[in-house]
Amino acid sequence: MNPKFYRSHVLVCTGTGCVSSGASNVRDNLEAKLEEFGLQDEIKIVETGCHGFCEQGPIVIVYPEGVFYCQVQTDDITDIVEDHLLKGRVVDRLLYTEQGTEIRIPAYSDIDFYKKQHRIVLGNCGRINPESIKEYIAVNGYEACGKALTEMTPEEVIAEIKGSGLRGRGGAGFPTGLKWELTRQSPGEKKYVICNADEGDPGAFMDRSLLEGDPHRIIEGMIIAAYAIGADEGYIYVRAEYPLAIRRLEIALQQAREYGLLGEDIFGSGFNFDLKIKKGAGAFVCGEETALMASIEGQRGMPRPKPPFPSVSGLWGKPTNINNVETYGNVPDIMRGGAEAYRAIGTEHSTGTKVFALTGKINNTGLVEVPMGMSLKEIIYDIGGGVSDGRELKAVQIGGPSGGCIPADLLDLPIDYESLREVGAMMGSGGMVVMDDTTCMVDVARFFLKFTQSESCGKCTPCREGTKRMLEILDRLCSGEGREGDLELLEELGEHIISTSLCQLGGSAPNPVLSTLKYFRAEYEAHIKDKRCPANVCAGMAAPYVIDEALCIGCTACVRVCPTGAISGERKKPHIIHPQVCISCGICASKCPVHAIAQG
Amino acid sequence: MKSLEELRKLRAELEKEISTRNSEGKPKIIIGMGTCGIAAGARDILQAVTKEVRKRNLDVNISQTGCIGMCEQEPLLDVQLPGQDRITYGKVTAGDVERIVVEHLINGNAVKDLAIARLEEGGI
Ligand SMILES: Cc1cc2nc3c(=O)[nH]c(=O)nc-3n(C[C@H](O)[C@H](O)[C@H](O)COP(=O)(O)O)c2cc1C
Repeated sequence: MNPKFYRSHVLVCTGTGCVSSGASNVRDNLEAKLEEFGLQDEIKIVETGCHGFCEQGPIVIVYPEGVFYCQVQTDDITDIVEDHLLKGRVVDRLLYTEQGTEIRIPAYSDIDFYKKQHRIVLGNCGRINPESIKEYIAVNGYEACGKALTEMTPEEVIAEIKGSGLRGRGGAGFPTGLKWELTRQSPGEKKYVICNADEGDPGAFMDRSLLEGDPHRIIEGMIIAAYAIGADEGYIYVRAEYPLAIRRLEIALQQAREYGLLGEDIFGSGFNFDLKIKKGAGAFVCGEETALMASIEGQRGMPRPKPPFPSVSGLWGKPTNINNVETYGNVPDIMRGGAEAYRAIGTEHSTGTKVFALTGKINNTGLVEVPMGMSLKEIIYDIGGGVSDGRELKAVQIGGPSGGCIPADLLDLPIDYESLREVGAMMGSGGMVVMDDTTCMVDVARFFLKFTQSESCGKCTPCREGTKRMLEILDRLCSGEGREGDLELLEELGEHIISTSLCQLGGSAPNPVLSTLKYFRAEYEAHIKDKRCPANVCAGMAAPYVIDEALCIGCTACVRVCPTGAISGERKKPHIIHPQVCISCGICASKCPVHAIAQG
Repeated sequence: MKSLEELRKLRAELEKEISTRNSEGKPKIIIGMGTCGIAAGARDILQAVTKEVRKRNLDVNISQTGCIGMCEQEPLLDVQLPGQDRITYGKVTAGDVERIVVEHLINGNAVKDLAIARLEEGGI
């Protein structure tokens, strides 16, 4: 007898993205409809974490067929229940259609967005119920932890992680096995492990999705790390703006304790370990490891000089291993499949996969996991579906506010830690913002610097004062008041801030400026020399609009809407725009019935 | 959790709870749910099959299909074992379901007196 058998499972994504597009109502309506049709004993509803394809949410998947329905609204549930669940007829109109085609694709695995991905860390996201430890165990969960604790010594675990080539996914790419070894070798009875889930980069949401979609994976990774270094206590530092991630983590911790996977004598191995959640208030600098630990200790979150490194003197002065969420997320698979198999994915020095948050001017925004070494072109065009509105790619900003802009002509660049550094960007947490030809690179640099400047904690002078001075120059450039020598000054300031800041907040803040200066210098120069913003973004510097006399019919529609009275002419005769009066707001162009107005 | 053995035993049980999400290499039961099928009582057959699979703790996928043009033979039920021909049963009653499940699905022998068609493996 298997009372848990249901002939069909309907998976409803209840990640933050899908919930904000209405997934909770979809779920509730589905439950009501199943009852109305007397199907509740045959069909099971499963809430899952994020599939990464947030653009298409709310997402509903029906098994055993594995049919992928997207942008499902409450009203669509009737068709899914009556046609699909009752009669087995796929509801065509809710299937995904590939960009620029008419072909509807029923199966998850056939969609371009998923075809080229290699999902390890995100493997369970969207496939299991994150609030059920049973489902996690059913997909081999805690097997790796059991194996490590009962069949391997801590040294063997460390050797396996070292052998896998795993590097930190929190930004800098430090070898994880080596970090564990250093922490293990540090003298001391009491040690800690910490999971860094602060995720402060604007636009990044991979850690949140992972915690929401598969929290047990992170707990399992942390138990293995704790065993390897000899820690009996750990913290997960999550920002308080992630309430769903925190709730699911709390549920998962509770379940793990009930199953004896946290607590005393785990797997009968004599090893004890427990975990606490610490909610952060959401300061960017608190993602920096020493500031994060100060914050856990109840102090103001500010970094301190290193060394000593956390592996020697971390939380409350004890040896501490701190890793990123995604780093821990890789650990169970490495321990289960072995270092060798893991090494086979990715490149020689950047093994495994990386999760990226694709945003900006791209057709398929969302979370993608790809093998290291995949080219930017493949990620943006094959998985991301290309630049939106058919526009031209100008640059890709990688690594968030600490990263840099990569120009379109470097599109064949294979993405790994070293190649990104070489071109002046960095992996960072994996934010990937796609920019088209309507983007002003000076404005972009200003945007990111404004973020880091306001998040600077103020402890060290180069970061506190230096970023402020840089921002002032950028503000000047963007308002048409740039001066000769500004670019050189930006470079000089940037280099000094990088080499003298206390932590990597300042140490990387100039990157967006320096990398855009390197690849888009002419655009900066146009702002200074010609007082012109080539992308027509910076207010007050955009080119004035002009009327094509051959097309103008003299309808006066433009005259009536122009806020500065810059347009004149006789009725039924071609009009003109006075360039000194025009403020380039573009309202006239939007009203012209014959499309005679454009920016000159 | 006091041993790896205990975890593995638990997993063997729990795997069944999510087996519906996995269809590779598994036996299939397919029920005709076109208008003709439903009019002939296919809904009862679908429920009977689900009950039977649950009762006998089987690892099977149940799916539905539309009208295949043999309306006078409805309700229709197909059994497809991995690597074998797909057998169609016609005018199935709720009472026949148990026999088909036991004889064909579990023991691997098609129920000759109820079978009306055979589709070669790889057919529709
Ligand atoms: C300003 C600043 C912010 C950071 N924010 C994060 C963060 O949000 N998440 C994270 O994992 N690492 C962040 N880091 C990196 C951490 O200091 C640390 O290197 C990382 O957690 C180590 O984990 P890993 O080895 O697994 O990458 C930040 C660093 C700096 C300088």
